[in-house]
Amino acid sequence: MTLLHHLTGAPPGMTTRALMLRLSTIGTVLAGAAGSLAYAGGWLSPGALTPALVIDRFEQVNGPHLGFRRNHAKGLCVAGSFASNGTGARLSKASVFSAGRVTRVAGRVALAGGQPYAADAGTTVRSLALRFPLPDGEEWRTGMNNIPVFPVRTPEAFYEQLLAAKPDPATGKPDPERMKAFFAAHPESVKATGLIKARTITSGFADSTFWSLNAFRFTAADGHVTPVRWAFVPELQATQETAAQASQTDKNYLFDDFVAQLQREPLRWHLIVTLGQTSDATADATLPWPADRERVDVGTLTLTDAAPEEAGNCRDINFDPLVLPEGIAPSGDPLLSARSAAYFRSSTRRAGEEKSASAVPATTTRGPGL
Amino acid sequence: MTDPIGFNPPARLLHWSMAALILAMLLIGVAMVTSLADYHALVALHRPLGLLILLLAVLRLANRWRCPPPPLPSDLPAWQRRAAHASHIMLYGLMLAMPLVGWAMLSAARYPVALAGPLVLPPILPQSPMLYAWLRELHTVLAYTLFGIILTHLGAALLHVLIRQDGVFASMAPWRSRRPATTRRADA
Repeated sequence: MTLLHHLTGAPPGMTTRALMLRLSTIGTVLAGAAGSLAYAGGWLSPGALTPALVIDRFEQVNGPHLGFRRNHAKGLCVAGSFASNGTGARLSKASVFSAGRVTRVAGRVALAGGQPYAADAGTTVRSLALRFPLPDGEEWRTGMNNIPVFPVRTPEAFYEQLLAAKPDPATGKPDPERMKAFFAAHPESVKATGLIKARTITSGFADSTFWSLNAFRFTAADGHVTPVRWAFVPELQATQETAAQASQTDKNYLFDDFVAQLQREPLRWHLIVTLGQTSDATADATLPWPADRERVDVGTLTLTDAAPEEAGNCRDINFDPLVLPEGIAPSGDPLLSARSAAYFRSSTRRAGEEKSASAVPATTTRGPGL
Repeated sequence: MTDPIGFNPPARLLHWSMAALILAMLLIGVAMVTSLADYHALVALHRPLGLLILLLAVLRLANRWRCPPPPLPSDLPAWQRRAAHASHIMLYGLMLAMPLVGWAMLSAARYPVALAGPLVLPPILPQSPMLYAWLRELHTVLAYTLFGIILTHLGAALLHVLIRQDGVFASMAPWRSRRPATTRRADA
């Protein structure tokens, strides 16, 4: 009987050698279990890109802005409704597309970038995020930009581009050498950036088209699956931004104009769904689909109200593009899962932080939707 | 035929299936928070598995109340007896708390808790970003605590079967105990 026998409660007949062997077996099993957790948690692959690293980079590039979204930080809450015309029902069984259904919609218009107090600029990417609450607790959320394609194909390229495009404090512009190196490594981004730069910069949010960028899959009631991309296309005739607009001293001219327009009249967009074919890229948001693809107008979004971000409204909603109802599913685009993961991390960080007032105070148009 | 010295067959079935589910759940959990590519697929698995574990834990508590577990060997030192008791309270507490905290935190952040197809759980808390942030942190702390207790539980079980050889492991083994009750050192 050794002290080890006494401590472990081993029977006196067990040799010390056998006892040691059995103890090390137990140790090995426990180490294996702990190792599995470490492996699954990514501790053994420190070089891998994680959601936390993506959000860290936003903070590194933009500086700390506690309580704000790490991207699309400057924004305004909007509300209205979506009226389905029923043509979408043959493509997707999602209840939002049922004939005659009107869904109350809450959303947010914003400018891309992590600076919540940046001055509005025409070339800054504009976004529209929408949330459609549906029957039985289902929901559809979508975040769209006024660019026809996305500048990068993968989360890793996005991460690299964030740093490459960081303005040099001396010039206020990205370091051209770094941008050159980024584009040399990513020819797909060269093409996509060309298409983005060639777009018409319209006069404001109200006459902007907002594209889904990523592809999704619509599933019809009969099980038929269609790859789709969608866009909210304004009823207003798009007019080009004027030089007078661009030289305004109002730091919030895009938001202020939008609120003024909403005060005059409701603003409408048509939800245009583009139907992809098997040859169309669904996992590459840098590539446009051929211009002759069938487009289906499935309903009208009417925005009526705007209000500054505050507790309980769009400020506290994560417009995760993978909050989807039955009938809309993600495509294989790697950006979708990455957006979902990074948005979650960003929303978790800001949720626990002290909040400051939005830069867009907006003379509000206040309706029942807000 | 029921085993006179061990846990009843439903308890064993629940124990081993939940062991697999909870370990899978912890691995999915740590993997999804660091993954970009597999995040969505893992989260879509994490939510329904969590609800399943919650339901099984309730079922298991009900079975335990109906058929109390066999006593521990009488020669087990008092501190080990107390540790076994405390760790089991924590295991049951965490089996119930983890899914509820997950459900509550998503409710506070106004995420629909989608399970499968069109099935969505209703929110169980009002919207509150601060509450969400706190519960999200708690979910992580409880997950690592649960993993630690599971390791202790696994280590103790292996100690019983490989070293003490006192029939404690056999009482919950996935197979029926071959030893008659009299060979337990508890009765020796």
